[in-house]
Amino acid sequence: MDYSQFLMMPQEIGLLIVFLLVFLFDTFMPKRLQTSLSYITCVLFAVYTAVSMICPLKGMAFAGMFESTAATFVMKQILNIGMLIVLIQSIKWANEDFTIVRRGEFYELLLVTLFGMYLMISARHFLLFVIGLESASLPLAALVAFDKKRYESHEAAAKYMFTAMFSSAIFMMGLSFVYGIAGSLYFNDIAFKVAGTPSALLIVALAFVISGVGFKLSLVPFHLWTADVYQGAPTAVTSYLSVISKGAAAYAFLIIMVQTFGAVYSQVWEWMLYALIILTITLGNLFAIRQRNLKRFLAFSSISQAGYIMLGVIAANEIGMASLMYYVLVYIFSNLAAFGVISAIENKTGRVGMDDYNGLYHTNPKLAFTMMLAMFSLGGIPPFAGFFSKFFIFMGAVKTGEVAIYILVLIALINTIISLYYYLLVVKAMFIVEGDCVVPRIKSETSERLGMTICTLGIILIGPASCIYTFLTLVVKDGSSMFCFIQ
Amino acid sequence: MIFSNILIYFVVIPILVLGCLFATKNIKQVRTVVVIGASALMVLALYLVYSFLQQRGAGNASEMLFRYDAVWFKPLNIHFALGVDGISVVLILLSAFIVFGGVFASWRMDPLPKEFFLWFFLLSTGVFGFFISIDMFTMVMFYEVALIPMYLLIGVWGSGNKRYAAMKLTLMLMGGSAFLMLGVIGIYFHSSADPNNLTMNILTIAQNNAIPHSWQYFLFPMTFVGFGVLGAMFPFHTWSPDGHAAAPTAVSMLHAGVLMKLGGYGCFRIAIFLMPFAAQQLNWIFLILTGISVVYGALSACVQTDLKYINAYSSVSHCGMVLFALLMLTNTAVTGAVLQMLSHGLMTALFFALIGMIYGRTHTRDIRKMGGMMNIMPYLSVCFVIAGLASLGLPGLSGFVAEMNIFVGSFMHPDLFHRILTIVGTTSIVITAVYILRMVGKLLLGQVQDKHHLTLTDANWYERLSTLTLIVGIVTIGFFPSFFVEIIKNSLSFVKALVM
Repeated sequence: MDYSQFLMMPQEIGLLIVFLLVFLFDTFMPKRLQTSLSYITCVLFAVYTAVSMICPLKGMAFAGMFESTAATFVMKQILNIGMLIVLIQSIKWANEDFTIVRRGEFYELLLVTLFGMYLMISARHFLLFVIGLESASLPLAALVAFDKKRYESHEAAAKYMFTAMFSSAIFMMGLSFVYGIAGSLYFNDIAFKVAGTPSALLIVALAFVISGVGFKLSLVPFHLWTADVYQGAPTAVTSYLSVISKGAAAYAFLIIMVQTFGAVYSQVWEWMLYALIILTITLGNLFAIRQRNLKRFLAFSSISQAGYIMLGVIAANEIGMASLMYYVLVYIFSNLAAFGVISAIENKTGRVGMDDYNGLYHTNPKLAFTMMLAMFSLGGIPPFAGFFSKFFIFMGAVKTGEVAIYILVLIALINTIISLYYYLLVVKAMFIVEGDCVVPRIKSETSERLGMTICTLGIILIGPASCIYTFLTLVVKDGSSMFCFIQ
Repeated sequence: MIFSNILIYFVVIPILVLGCLFATKNIKQVRTVVVIGASALMVLALYLVYSFLQQRGAGNASEMLFRYDAVWFKPLNIHFALGVDGISVVLILLSAFIVFGGVFASWRMDPLPKEFFLWFFLLSTGVFGFFISIDMFTMVMFYEVALIPMYLLIGVWGSGNKRYAAMKLTLMLMGGSAFLMLGVIGIYFHSSADPNNLTMNILTIAQNNAIPHSWQYFLFPMTFVGFGVLGAMFPFHTWSPDGHAAAPTAVSMLHAGVLMKLGGYGCFRIAIFLMPFAAQQLNWIFLILTGISVVYGALSACVQTDLKYINAYSSVSHCGMVLFALLMLTNTAVTGAVLQMLSHGLMTALFFALIGMIYGRTHTRDIRKMGGMMNIMPYLSVCFVIAGLASLGLPGLSGFVAEMNIFVGSFMHPDLFHRILTIVGTTSIVITAVYILRMVGKLLLGQVQDKHHLTLTDANWYERLSTLTLIVGIVTIGFFPSFFVEIIKNSLSFVKALVM
């Protein structure tokens, strides 16, 4: 065996080293030193993220099962940044009395799921992809159930477990059909085999594959688990689920659809996705309007955001792919800012209702300000980053030039107005509604403040700093041969 | 170098003001910062007009002056491109005037003065940024920057049914911008015959003239409706009365005075300028809609009893006239439209300032509960009459010049349909007189309705400063319209080719 192939996967190896160090530290360190586990994990991960900025080798490894390109590298790095913020934000929660004894598991499981997502991103063979998919979703069920004294947490974990298993089963059913058609599970082999007039079997297979990934992305109508799981899981896990897990799944989905099934783009899956996007954006938005629990609220908001991300997939071109990565990056910062505020308030007061935020500006102006920036960015208001990412992802979609896509984008744009309505409801509660705020003045922890500062800076700077988007376009251009199958 | 261009300072100064406001500790510092900021903008705007005229006088006849261009998002060929023609110059001047007046009109803002001015200057950033941009992406961006602060400005500092009004206004205007955004993206992808050379720069797009006619039929309504919502085009005008009635004084001033001009300017600059073919083909639909705005707005104002509602409907009518004149596509009418933007901006800002001042004293805006104000506060009452007369088009004030140009220009259109619409439109002059005189009569003349009103005081120094600034503007336009016509005449060259 040629061991130099491992040079293709420096990020995976680095993450494994971090995982092992955390595991060893957690297991063998004496009790009195263990108090610093959270900080050590953060520092280790930060060091790893910084070190892995060194560009890796490009190419295929393990007989073409694993591919490392500039785009996969950058996408993993985007996830790393999000992961780092999640880790920083969860320090306070991890050091609480009821989690401190088990927080080693929290970090280890988190790192394992991230490893799974790396595999999903880099896999060029469905076997490896499924391994990644499973190791990204099963540990998450344990994480969702982390608050083992809370009833909702159990309920959420059970729901997550069942839907994850169910969706994996459907996905693999689809894969077996694909294998039947193509006789191979390599992405590139399948791409050549599916060209031409699609058979009925292929349509069914694609429907299964899309629904399987649709569960992970919580696209409507596969979204029913989302709200309960988001509400029941600990906030740190919810924020992880909503940004990192979703971002990785979206990117992997784009790769599968474009690289593997690109040849039947306009014949089969463009229309499947078209319907899914409209449903996802619209229903996600409409349900979000009625939510009074902020975690449920963000669950539905993230459903509709997933619909916008899918516009980058339906575009199936370089602008779309770059915009998808950019959208995920911006979404990480915006959503994590919102979750940072929610967890800061939840940790101190245990309140997550929207009505509890009434008049928040008068007691906690900085928290309210951060929350407002997050809402504006999610709603796509300039000059915040969300506006740029929305605009670019729309441009990517419209570039296909079909009238139907114009209509799709128009529907998406009208939906941004609906989404703006409910994002403004939060702003209204914090700034406009009078009355005494039930949340007292909070002195937030240094770690929470650090997390929120990073997010705020990201929201303000990522948009106007055009170099980021330009860089992503260059990165995508590097591997643009994958779009050659699209027709 | 970007900072050697005068235009960028119209964005830099408000942003600096925002930064300084963050650092302020008390109301005194807040006032110092905002007054310095507003004055700097005013001086800069006057200097811009001066140097613009100088350049034109020196024979520089290019479409846009003070051009600046820097690549922003290279992969999509989005530039940060600046440039002004005569129309933007006069609108920048107008905005500077109204920001200046608005700062003094909200001198005693309470509560949270710092936050108020933060949003106020964010809005100004958007307005100025919109007028100096010639790249569609930055135009849309600044347009939305100018819209969103309205939500908090009305929601927090407004009065009456403010939560409803703020939400309605924000959602309707952002709804408009959703159509606009699709329109802009569509224009981008048809901006050039060469698909590798797409651009957002409006001058290049106009030069290329490559948007296929079939696409113009789709994109023109998108962009026109998008901006038309802000220009209070029927049936998308309903945010205006509620929004203006609930907004605090300075916000009403800025919103009716400047923000609604963004609608008119955008319709002209993007919809008509870039898609002249569709503008000729489809203008009848929008002429009917804006015609309805003109007459219906005026009629609605006749039956209102709340001062702000009267003025808000009057704004619908007058802003409708701007769009109406733009769509007539004759040189005189478009000149009139620009003059009307200026005139309406100043006059309606003056109106809202005065209403705010009167409301601050009487605590009612119902004209049935007030009367005989002429004796109680003569200064404010005289200003009120001046504003009213400007609104109904008395010669010597700005309204006359603008409406004269609009209706003469519209009637010059050779088509019978356009002429009939013009005749319908002119009825609004009469209706305007009805509601203005009714308002003046009830409010200023007659018996004092409430004996508490007898103790009220007249304007103080900052109120006088605020109103005088605006009146000077109104009279200047009224007496020297040729000065403004001179500034804008080079910008209308493309209009000449459109009719007939």
